[in-house]
Amino acid sequence: MGTDELNIFEEEFWKINQVLEKLLRETNARTVLLIDRAGQLITSVGDTSTLDVPSFATLSAADFAATAQLALLIGENAFSTLFHQGENQSIYISIVAEKLILAIVFDKRTTLGLVRIKANQVSKELDGIFKTIFTRIKGSYQKTIDSDFLSEAESELDNLFK
Amino acid sequence: MSLINYASKEINCKIVYYGPGLGGKTTNIKYIYSKITPEQRGKLVSLDTELDRTLFFDFLPVDLGTVKGFKVRFHLYTVPGQVYYNASRKLILKGVDGIIFVADSQIERFEDNIESMENLIENLKEYNLSLDKIPFVIQYNKRDLPNIAPIEELEKALNILKVPSFEAVATEGIGVFETLKAVAKLVLRNLGK
Ligand SMILES: Nc1nc2c(ncn2[C@@H]2O[C@H](COP(=O)(O)OP(=O)(O)O)[C@@H](O)[C@H]2O)c(=O)[nH]1
Ligand SMILES: [Mg+2]
Repeated sequence: MGTDELNIFEEEFWKINQVLEKLLRETNARTVLLIDRAGQLITSVGDTSTLDVPSFATLSAADFAATAQLALLIGENAFSTLFHQGENQSIYISIVAEKLILAIVFDKRTTLGLVRIKANQVSKELDGIFKTIFTRIKGSYQKTIDSDFLSEAESELDNLFK
Repeated sequence: MSLINYASKEINCKIVYYGPGLGGKTTNIKYIYSKITPEQRGKLVSLDTELDRTLFFDFLPVDLGTVKGFKVRFHLYTVPGQVYYNASRKLILKGVDGIIFVADSQIERFEDNIESMENLIENLKEYNLSLDKIPFVIQYNKRDLPNIAPIEELEKALNILKVPSFEAVATEGIGVFETLKAVAKLVLRNLGK
Protein backbone atom coordinates (compact mmCIF):
# COMPACT_ATOMS: atom_id res chain seq x y z
CA MET A 1 0.00 0.00 0.00
CA GLY A 2 0.95 3.60 -0.49
CA THR A 3 1.24 4.67 3.10
CA ASP A 4 4.24 3.91 5.27
CA GLU A 5 4.19 1.67 8.26
CA LEU A 6 6.65 1.64 11.12
CA ASN A 7 6.66 -1.61 13.10
CA ILE A 8 8.68 -1.70 16.30
CA PHE A 9 9.12 -4.94 18.20
CA GLU A 10 9.73 -5.68 21.84
CA GLU A 11 13.47 -6.19 21.78
CA GLU A 12 14.12 -3.16 19.56
CA PHE A 13 11.91 -1.04 21.74
CA TRP A 14 13.86 -1.88 24.88
CA LYS A 15 17.14 -1.23 23.10
CA ILE A 16 15.90 2.18 22.03
CA ASN A 17 14.78 2.94 25.55
CA GLN A 18 18.13 1.89 26.95
CA VAL A 19 19.95 4.22 24.61
CA LEU A 20 17.65 7.09 25.53
CA GLU A 21 17.95 6.36 29.25
CA LYS A 22 21.70 6.55 28.92
CA LEU A 23 21.40 9.86 27.11
CA LEU A 24 19.12 11.17 29.81
CA ARG A 25 21.55 10.13 32.54
CA GLU A 26 24.68 11.40 30.87
CA THR A 27 23.22 14.77 29.97
CA ASN A 28 21.20 15.29 33.13
CA ALA A 29 18.35 16.36 30.87
CA ARG A 30 14.76 16.44 32.01
CA THR A 31 13.05 14.54 29.21
CA VAL A 32 14.13 12.81 26.01
CA LEU A 33 11.58 12.02 23.31
CA LEU A 34 11.84 10.10 20.05
CA ILE A 35 9.21 11.04 17.49
CA ASP A 36 8.42 9.79 13.98
CA ARG A 37 8.15 12.12 11.03
CA ALA A 38 4.35 12.09 11.23
CA GLY A 39 4.62 13.63 14.69
CA GLN A 40 3.82 10.46 16.63
CA LEU A 41 5.70 9.60 19.77
CA ILE A 42 7.81 6.43 19.56
CA THR A 43 8.99 6.59 23.13
CA SER A 44 10.06 8.97 25.87
CA VAL A 45 12.22 8.72 28.96
CA GLY A 46 12.55 11.03 31.93
CA ASP A 47 9.96 13.28 33.45
CA THR A 48 6.77 13.74 31.42
CA SER A 49 4.49 14.43 34.36
CA THR A 50 3.88 18.03 33.38
CA LEU A 51 4.31 17.64 29.64
CA ASP A 52 1.44 17.20 27.17
CA VAL A 53 3.35 14.59 25.19
CA PRO A 54 1.12 14.18 22.08
CA SER A 55 1.06 17.96 21.58
CA PHE A 56 4.78 18.18 22.16
CA ALA A 57 5.49 15.43 19.62
CA THR A 58 3.27 16.96 16.96
CA LEU A 59 4.61 20.45 17.38
CA SER A 60 8.26 19.42 17.33
CA ALA A 61 7.73 17.41 14.14
CA ALA A 62 5.98 20.41 12.59
CA ASP A 63 8.72 22.70 13.86
CA PHE A 64 11.40 20.57 12.29
CA ALA A 65 9.52 20.17 9.01
CA ALA A 66 8.96 23.92 8.76
CA THR A 67 12.60 24.63 9.54
CA ALA A 68 13.75 22.18 6.87
CA GLN A 69 11.71 24.14 4.33
CA LEU A 70 13.24 27.40 5.58
CA ALA A 71 16.66 25.87 4.97
CA LEU A 72 15.72 25.09 1.37
CA LEU A 73 14.57 28.66 0.84
CA ILE A 74 18.04 29.98 1.59
CA GLY A 75 19.76 27.25 -0.37
CA GLU A 76 20.75 25.00 2.52
CA ASN A 77 20.00 21.31 2.31
CA ALA A 78 18.72 21.15 5.85
CA PHE A 79 19.41 22.40 9.33
CA SER A 80 20.54 19.35 11.22
CA THR A 81 19.57 20.67 14.61
CA LEU A 82 17.22 23.14 16.23
CA PHE A 83 17.63 24.87 19.55
CA HIS A 84 15.03 26.84 21.47
CA GLN A 85 16.24 28.64 24.54
CA GLY A 86 13.89 29.55 27.35
CA GLU A 87 14.50 31.32 30.61
CA ASN A 88 14.48 28.12 32.64
CA GLN A 89 14.21 25.32 30.14
CA SER A 90 15.40 24.70 26.63
CA ILE A 91 14.70 22.28 23.80
CA TYR A 92 17.29 20.70 21.55
CA ILE A 93 15.99 18.88 18.48
CA SER A 94 17.96 16.81 15.99
CA ILE A 95 17.33 14.22 13.30
CA VAL A 96 18.40 10.64 13.93
CA ALA A 97 18.21 7.59 11.69
CA GLU A 98 17.58 10.00 8.80
CA LYS A 99 13.92 10.60 9.52
CA LEU A 100 13.23 10.47 13.23
CA ILE A 101 13.19 13.39 15.58
CA LEU A 102 15.12 13.34 18.82
CA ALA A 103 13.96 16.05 21.22
CA ILE A 104 15.71 16.80 24.48
CA VAL A 105 14.19 19.04 27.13
CA PHE A 106 16.72 20.34 29.63
CA ASP A 107 17.24 22.98 32.27
CA LYS A 108 20.14 24.64 34.08
CA ARG A 109 21.42 21.39 35.51
CA THR A 110 23.19 20.85 32.19
CA THR A 111 24.55 22.76 29.19
CA LEU A 112 23.80 22.96 25.50
CA GLY A 113 27.34 21.83 24.73
CA LEU A 114 27.00 18.60 26.66
CA VAL A 115 23.54 17.91 25.27
CA ARG A 116 24.81 18.40 21.74
CA ILE A 117 27.81 16.08 22.16
CA LYS A 118 25.83 13.29 23.82
CA ALA A 119 23.00 13.58 21.30
CA ASN A 120 25.52 13.13 18.51
CA GLN A 121 26.93 10.06 20.18
CA VAL A 122 23.63 8.26 20.64
CA SER A 123 22.46 9.14 17.18
CA LYS A 124 24.92 6.58 15.78
CA GLU A 125 23.53 3.88 18.05
CA LEU A 126 19.98 4.73 17.06
CA ASP A 127 20.97 4.65 13.38
CA GLY A 128 22.02 1.04 13.84
CA ILE A 129 18.83 -0.04 15.59
CA PHE A 130 16.57 1.67 13.09
CA LYS A 131 18.43 0.30 10.13
CA THR A 132 17.09 -3.12 11.11
CA ILE A 133 13.62 -1.73 11.64
CA PHE A 134 13.45 0.16 8.37
CA THR A 135 14.81 -2.63 6.22
CA ARG A 136 12.68 -5.40 7.67
CA ILE A 137 10.38 -6.86 5.07
CA LYS A 138 6.73 -6.24 5.76
CA GLY A 139 4.73 -9.36 6.40
CA SER A 140 7.73 -11.33 7.60
CA TYR A 141 6.35 -11.40 11.12
CA GLN A 142 3.27 -12.53 12.95
CA LYS A 143 0.39 -10.22 12.14
CA THR A 144 -1.55 -8.52 14.87
CA ILE A 145 -3.94 -6.93 12.45
CA ASP A 146 -6.06 -9.87 11.43
CA SER A 147 -9.77 -10.06 10.72
CA ASP A 148 -10.52 -10.50 14.42
CA PHE A 149 -8.66 -7.33 15.22
CA LEU A 150 -10.51 -5.46 12.49
CA SER A 151 -13.99 -6.44 13.54
CA GLU A 152 -13.23 -5.58 17.15
CA ALA A 153 -11.72 -2.23 16.15
CA GLU A 154 -14.73 -1.44 14.01
CA SER A 155 -17.16 -2.06 16.82
CA GLU A 156 -15.02 0.19 19.06
CA LEU A 157 -15.32 2.85 16.37
CA ASP A 158 -19.09 2.48 16.37
CA ASN A 159 -19.13 2.86 20.15
CA LEU A 160 -16.88 5.88 20.23
CA PHE A 161 -18.68 7.86 17.54
CA LYS A 162 -22.30 7.28 18.37
CA MET B 1 2.71 6.59 8.69
CA SER B 2 1.04 4.13 10.93
CA LEU B 3 3.21 3.41 13.92
CA ILE B 4 2.77 -0.05 15.41
CA ASN B 5 4.66 -0.57 18.63
CA TYR B 6 4.58 -4.19 19.75
CA ALA B 7 6.31 -3.45 23.04
CA SER B 8 4.22 -0.58 24.34
CA LYS B 9 1.23 -2.10 22.49
CA GLU B 10 0.22 1.03 20.65
CA ILE B 11 -1.01 1.74 17.15
CA ASN B 12 -1.00 5.35 15.90
CA CYS B 13 -2.49 6.56 12.64
CA LYS B 14 -2.61 10.00 11.03
CA ILE B 15 -5.76 11.35 9.39
CA VAL B 16 -5.81 14.70 7.57
CA TYR B 17 -8.81 16.93 6.81
CA TYR B 18 -8.13 18.66 3.50
CA GLY B 19 -10.17 21.13 1.44
CA PRO B 20 -10.71 24.78 0.52
CA GLY B 21 -10.42 27.50 3.18
CA LEU B 22 -13.56 28.07 5.27
CA GLY B 23 -15.07 24.78 4.12
CA GLY B 24 -15.54 23.53 7.68
CA LYS B 25 -12.46 21.41 8.49
CA THR B 26 -11.78 23.05 11.84
CA THR B 27 -15.49 22.91 12.64
CA ASN B 28 -15.41 19.11 12.12
CA ILE B 29 -12.52 18.67 14.52
CA LYS B 30 -13.97 21.03 17.12
CA TYR B 31 -17.24 19.14 17.06
CA ILE B 32 -15.42 15.86 17.64
CA TYR B 33 -13.49 17.45 20.48
CA SER B 34 -16.69 18.64 22.12
CA LYS B 35 -18.50 15.33 21.83
CA ILE B 36 -16.07 12.73 23.11
CA THR B 37 -15.01 12.33 26.70
CA PRO B 38 -11.68 13.79 27.89
CA GLU B 39 -10.42 10.23 28.53
CA GLN B 40 -10.78 9.50 24.85
CA ARG B 41 -9.02 12.54 23.50
CA GLY B 42 -6.00 14.74 24.08
CA LYS B 43 -5.72 18.47 23.85
CA LEU B 44 -6.89 20.33 20.76
CA VAL B 45 -3.91 22.24 19.42
CA SER B 46 -4.70 25.05 16.99
CA LEU B 47 -2.11 27.13 15.24
CA ASP B 48 -4.21 29.93 13.87
CA THR B 49 -4.12 33.63 13.08
CA GLU B 50 -5.85 36.31 15.15
CA LEU B 51 -8.74 36.04 12.75
CA ASP B 52 -9.29 32.45 13.87
CA ARG B 53 -8.21 31.09 10.52
CA THR B 54 -5.97 28.07 10.51
CA LEU B 55 -2.38 29.15 9.98
CA PHE B 56 -0.52 25.88 10.16
CA PHE B 57 -2.83 23.14 11.44
CA ASP B 58 -5.25 21.96 14.09
CA PHE B 59 -4.37 18.75 15.88
CA LEU B 60 -6.50 16.40 17.97
CA PRO B 61 -5.47 12.96 19.22
CA VAL B 62 -8.40 10.57 19.63
CA ASP B 63 -8.17 7.25 21.48
CA LEU B 64 -10.21 4.43 20.09
CA GLY B 65 -9.64 2.29 23.14
CA THR B 66 -7.91 -1.04 23.48
CA VAL B 67 -8.30 -3.56 20.71
CA LYS B 68 -6.81 -7.00 21.26
CA GLY B 69 -4.43 -5.55 23.79
CA PHE B 70 -3.35 -2.67 21.55
CA LYS B 71 -4.14 0.96 22.30
CA VAL B 72 -5.36 2.43 19.03
CA ARG B 73 -5.05 6.15 18.55
CA PHE B 74 -5.92 8.43 15.63
CA HIS B 75 -4.17 11.74 15.16
CA LEU B 76 -6.48 14.18 13.41
CA TYR B 77 -5.05 17.16 11.55
CA THR B 78 -6.58 19.94 9.48
CA VAL B 79 -4.69 21.95 6.89
CA PRO B 80 -5.01 25.68 6.22
CA GLY B 81 -7.16 26.09 3.13
CA GLN B 82 -6.02 29.42 1.75
CA VAL B 83 -4.11 29.08 -1.51
CA TYR B 84 -1.02 30.88 -0.19
CA TYR B 85 -0.41 28.41 2.61
CA ASN B 86 0.60 25.57 0.33
CA ALA B 87 3.97 25.00 1.99
CA SER B 88 2.20 24.27 5.28
CA ARG B 89 -0.33 21.99 3.63
CA LYS B 90 2.41 19.93 2.07
CA LEU B 91 4.16 19.46 5.40
CA ILE B 92 1.05 18.21 7.12
CA LEU B 93 0.58 15.47 4.54
CA LYS B 94 3.88 13.99 5.64
CA GLY B 95 3.24 10.45 6.86
CA VAL B 96 -0.54 10.65 6.28
CA ASP B 97 -2.55 7.40 6.58
CA GLY B 98 -5.97 8.63 5.52
CA ILE B 99 -7.58 11.76 4.06
CA ILE B 100 -10.99 13.41 4.41
CA PHE B 101 -11.73 16.01 1.77
CA VAL B 102 -14.17 18.59 3.14
CA ALA B 103 -15.90 20.29 0.23
CA ASP B 104 -17.90 23.50 0.63
CA SER B 105 -21.27 22.81 -0.99
CA GLN B 106 -22.04 26.46 -1.78
CA ILE B 107 -22.33 27.16 -5.51
CA GLU B 108 -19.89 30.07 -5.32
CA ARG B 109 -17.23 27.74 -3.88
CA PHE B 110 -17.56 25.13 -6.63
CA GLU B 111 -14.33 26.07 -8.39
CA ASP B 112 -12.45 26.38 -5.08
CA ASN B 113 -13.28 22.77 -4.31
CA ILE B 114 -11.91 21.60 -7.63
CA GLU B 115 -8.79 23.70 -7.22
CA SER B 116 -8.19 22.31 -3.73
CA MET B 117 -8.66 18.73 -4.95
CA GLU B 118 -6.11 19.32 -7.72
CA ASN B 119 -3.77 20.81 -5.17
CA LEU B 120 -4.16 17.74 -2.96
CA ILE B 121 -3.30 15.40 -5.84
CA GLU B 122 -0.29 17.55 -6.68
CA ASN B 123 0.97 17.66 -3.09
CA LEU B 124 0.58 13.92 -2.59
CA LYS B 125 2.88 13.33 -5.54
CA GLU B 126 5.74 14.73 -3.49
CA TYR B 127 5.36 11.79 -1.13
CA ASN B 128 4.84 9.28 -3.94
CA LEU B 129 1.21 8.94 -2.93
CA SER B 130 -2.00 9.14 -4.89
CA LEU B 131 -5.66 9.16 -3.92
CA ASP B 132 -6.29 5.67 -5.24
CA LYS B 133 -3.56 4.30 -2.99
CA ILE B 134 -4.60 5.87 0.27
CA PRO B 135 -7.75 5.64 2.40
CA PHE B 136 -9.82 8.56 1.17
CA VAL B 137 -13.38 9.85 1.69
CA ILE B 138 -15.23 13.04 0.77
CA GLN B 139 -17.58 15.19 2.85
CA TYR B 140 -19.99 17.65 1.24
CA ASN B 141 -20.40 20.19 4.00
CA LYS B 142 -22.77 23.10 4.64
CA ARG B 143 -25.81 21.24 3.34
CA ASP B 144 -27.95 23.55 5.50
CA LEU B 145 -27.30 26.59 3.33
CA PRO B 146 -29.74 27.71 0.61
CA ASN B 147 -27.29 28.30 -2.23
CA ILE B 148 -25.77 24.86 -2.55
CA ALA B 149 -24.87 22.75 -5.56
CA PRO B 150 -26.74 19.46 -6.02
CA ILE B 151 -24.88 16.40 -4.75
CA GLU B 152 -24.79 14.87 -8.26
CA GLU B 153 -22.87 17.85 -9.59
CA LEU B 154 -20.42 17.80 -6.71
CA GLU B 155 -19.93 14.07 -7.12
CA LYS B 156 -19.28 14.46 -10.83
CA ALA B 157 -16.71 17.17 -10.31
CA LEU B 158 -14.95 15.85 -7.21
CA ASN B 159 -15.55 12.15 -6.73
CA ILE B 160 -13.81 10.74 -9.77
CA LEU B 161 -12.66 7.68 -7.83
CA LYS B 162 -16.13 6.95 -6.44
CA VAL B 163 -14.94 6.85 -2.85
CA PRO B 164 -17.40 6.92 0.08
CA SER B 165 -18.95 10.38 0.38
CA PHE B 166 -21.13 12.02 3.01
CA GLU B 167 -23.40 15.04 3.32
CA ALA B 168 -22.73 17.13 6.39
CA VAL B 169 -23.65 20.19 8.43
CA ALA B 170 -20.53 20.36 10.55
CA THR B 171 -21.79 23.25 12.69
CA GLU B 172 -24.57 20.95 13.92
CA GLY B 173 -22.44 17.82 13.91
CA ILE B 174 -24.45 16.19 11.16
CA GLY B 175 -22.29 13.75 9.17
CA VAL B 176 -19.15 14.52 11.19
CA PHE B 177 -18.72 11.17 12.96
CA GLU B 178 -19.99 9.27 9.94
CA THR B 179 -17.22 10.73 7.79
CA LEU B 180 -14.48 10.12 10.32
CA LYS B 181 -15.67 6.58 10.99
CA ALA B 182 -15.58 5.75 7.29
CA VAL B 183 -12.00 6.86 6.81
CA ALA B 184 -10.88 5.34 10.11
CA LYS B 185 -12.20 1.94 9.02
CA LEU B 186 -10.33 2.18 5.74
CA VAL B 187 -7.14 3.13 7.60
CA LEU B 188 -7.46 0.18 9.96
CA ARG B 189 -8.04 -2.22 7.07
CA ASN B 190 -4.93 -0.87 5.47
CA LEU B 191 -2.76 -1.71 8.47
CA GLY B 192 -0.41 -4.58 8.08
CA LYS B 193 -1.06 -4.90 4.35
N1 LIG C 1 -23.92 27.16 7.64
C1 LIG C 1 -22.85 26.39 7.89
N2 LIG C 1 -21.70 26.97 8.23
C2 LIG C 1 -20.63 26.17 8.48
C3 LIG C 1 -20.72 24.75 8.37
N3 LIG C 1 -19.50 24.23 8.68
C4 LIG C 1 -18.69 25.28 8.96
N4 LIG C 1 -19.38 26.45 8.83
C5 LIG C 1 -18.87 27.82 9.05
O1 LIG C 1 -17.90 28.10 8.06
C6 LIG C 1 -16.86 28.91 8.59
C7 LIG C 1 -15.50 28.29 8.32
O2 LIG C 1 -15.37 27.05 9.01
P1 LIG C 1 -13.94 26.46 9.42
O3 LIG C 1 -14.21 25.19 10.12
O4 LIG C 1 -13.13 27.49 10.13
O5 LIG C 1 -13.32 26.21 7.97
P2 LIG C 1 -11.85 25.66 7.59
O6 LIG C 1 -11.13 26.81 6.99
O7 LIG C 1 -12.13 24.60 6.58
O8 LIG C 1 -11.20 25.14 8.82
C8 LIG C 1 -17.15 29.06 10.07
O9 LIG C 1 -17.75 30.31 10.25
C9 LIG C 1 -18.10 27.94 10.37
O10 LIG C 1 -18.98 28.25 11.42
C10 LIG C 1 -21.98 24.17 8.00
O11 LIG C 1 -22.15 22.96 7.88
N5 LIG C 1 -23.01 25.05 7.76
MG1 LIG D 1 -9.35 25.70 9.67
